[in-house]
Amino acid sequence: MIEAIVARIKQGHRTMRFPKEPVPLPERFRGYPVVKGSACPPDCRACVDACPTGAVTLEPALSVDMGKCLFCPSCSRACPHGAIEFSKDWRLAANRREDLVVTEGDERRLAQALEKKMLSLFGRSLKFRSVVAGSCNACDADTNVLSTIGWDLGRFGIQFVASPRHADGLWVTGPVTEHMREALLLTYEAIPAPKLVVANGACAINGGPFIGSPEAHDGVGDLLPVDLYIPGCPPHPVTILDGLLRLLDKVK
Amino acid sequence: MTNDFYRLYNGSAIQRCNIPSLDQDEFLQKVLDAVDSGWRVCSYFGVPAGRELELYALLAPKAGGQLGIASTKVSGGRLPSLTPFCPQLHLFEREIAEQYGVVFENHPWGKPVRFQKALRLVEESEASLPALPGVMDFYQVQGDEIHEVAVGPVHAGIIEPGHFRFQCYGEKVLHLEIALGYQHRGLEEMLIGGPHRVTLNQMETVAGDTTVGHTVAYAMVVEALAAVAVPARAHALRGVAMELERLANHTGDLGAISGDVGFLPTASFCGRIRGDFLNMTAELCGSRFSRGLIVPGGVGFDCTPLQADALRNRVAAARRDLSNATELMWHTPSALGRLEGTGRVSEQTALDLGLVGPAARACGVNRDVRRDHPFGIYSLTQIPVETLKTGDVFARAMVRWLEAEKSLDYLDEQLKQLPAGNVEVEVGTLACNHMAIALTEGWRGEVCHVALTDERGRFSRYKIVDPSFHNWSGLAMALRNEQISDFPLCNKSFNLSYCGFDL
Repeated sequence: MIEAIVARIKQGHRTMRFPKEPVPLPERFRGYPVVKGSACPPDCRACVDACPTGAVTLEPALSVDMGKCLFCPSCSRACPHGAIEFSKDWRLAANRREDLVVTEGDERRLAQALEKKMLSLFGRSLKFRSVVAGSCNACDADTNVLSTIGWDLGRFGIQFVASPRHADGLWVTGPVTEHMREALLLTYEAIPAPKLVVANGACAINGGPFIGSPEAHDGVGDLLPVDLYIPGCPPHPVTILDGLLRLLDKVK
Repeated sequence: MTNDFYRLYNGSAIQRCNIPSLDQDEFLQKVLDAVDSGWRVCSYFGVPAGRELELYALLAPKAGGQLGIASTKVSGGRLPSLTPFCPQLHLFEREIAEQYGVVFENHPWGKPVRFQKALRLVEESEASLPALPGVMDFYQVQGDEIHEVAVGPVHAGIIEPGHFRFQCYGEKVLHLEIALGYQHRGLEEMLIGGPHRVTLNQMETVAGDTTVGHTVAYAMVVEALAAVAVPARAHALRGVAMELERLANHTGDLGAISGDVGFLPTASFCGRIRGDFLNMTAELCGSRFSRGLIVPGGVGFDCTPLQADALRNRVAAARRDLSNATELMWHTPSALGRLEGTGRVSEQTALDLGLVGPAARACGVNRDVRRDHPFGIYSLTQIPVETLKTGDVFARAMVRWLEAEKSLDYLDEQLKQLPAGNVEVEVGTLACNHMAIALTEGWRGEVCHVALTDERGRFSRYKIVDPSFHNWSGLAMALRNEQISDFPLCNKSFNLSYCGFDL
């Protein structure tokens, strides 16, 4: 017992103070893309040709679709003009699929809070049932991290639960393999209404690196109504938490 | 007797015409003989050739650092199964049967592996449409008081999907059958005709927690086919990434094992310390899961002297925290009491099933790709291999800690003396009609990639074997005659990948 107490003192108090204080992010962190279509010379397609998932398009203007983006550095590395760069801004989550497309000059639309009635239902206690549907497990690992002492998700009233009957929402990772489609839909059905759906990570939003696979759907969007999209491959825990707190009107 | 196998080293490429093509019976006999004399099956897979199917066997001899490969043509879509004499082939044969409709006569366990659509059926195939995942005849035990427990595919918690079927007598598990395939994304099918622009990203996500293990194997395959030499500095940084990945996962597992026996201090400390290792990886490349770090030809990011020093300090701090957190568990008899003797796998079983990685080393099987088939930085500096004898949950936990210690030493040593020079070289076109092989020691064990190119230098077949492919059977064996309530603990001590298996 005494050893456990000594260890506890040595390990210290480690829960971070986010959202009151920012989370320290590494120098090379790739967050919200900064797109400068005006820097592009005519006929240059270097970024489009480098993008592995078709997230970068030139028509009608240079844009990055964060829903397809793997936040790999291919486009920014390929561009000789600095037209695409990744900032350290971790705030990426959005409510609508089209809000994930970043174009120069467009207004930024972060995830909005739930409507009043939903907020009164879920604002103090929000439980998710996670279904892993073809994810490589990186999204799931960094979702699990939120429940460790460093992040302590429980202090916001958010929790992951074992039964869909106890849940307020479905948490989806992976492109939704054909083999998981039925299990996913049955789990959704088992959650009592009103309910939310979160698409966490590039795969769940649009197929990720498995976009176009004959064995998988390109994300959960075609199968279920999505309330929160969290981009990234995988999203950083702070990106996930930020999205959730915005949904619950706990950060401005 | 085994001279009929072409011998090659890890990370090399050969012309396809140099791979010995044996007569079917001779091939099967040679494979059996080799296994009898202690060789191990790294990969065994089919490749369509015209309207026929070629089988390739990649085997690893006990010592010497080389690998052996041979092939045969399947005649008539049927061949005798080797599984009754060589259990480590049982999943490989089932996989080939599923992917190409070949019939392995007298296979004792002819069931689907991942319920996938056939990649291509051989001419004389008798295969029908794929069944729904998990829909198959499960092994059944009959008798009074025998009951069956079915779990999954959706589990409690944030875990990958799979289906487990227990045959129980009271609390005692007589048999566990594992049905996977729910995570099947069609990976091998998508790799044909590659490398595509997205191939590297797919390799990063074969198993998300083994990004480095799989991307280094992929990079080695491409580099061998393009005949390029990777700069020494890149090799060292790949080694750093690989050990950071091992540390993050071993730490997470030690915490999870501790949590599953209800010993919460170590569980919560390790949950956080794991994050420290992931954050160190993110310092290198911006991603906690090494995305964008390994590229064919080298690494995508250099490490400045300032960063290397900072990393060494963080490694030292993490070592203090991790030692403190795990020692607490090693000094707590009530926690150890739950680990010791639980989920035993004997050394013979581990050898028969061809287990790899910490799961094998915990049973006393001394194998590690970093030493046995050295690649990259491990050709120059070695990491001691740790084994235990008991094959129980305790051994699987302890092996992880001993390995973590060695990885910490290694990181400190490498970061102190990174070689000078650049970190990436240009990779040109890939050789036509060649085959390349690569093995790496991912944190779960041996990762094996084999690529065959066509006359245009594109992949005509790309075979991936994740360590989980060898080890899931080990988990099933560990549960025999155990309490069903020990399943989560046994499962955690193996911590296998579902998507790496399902591909």
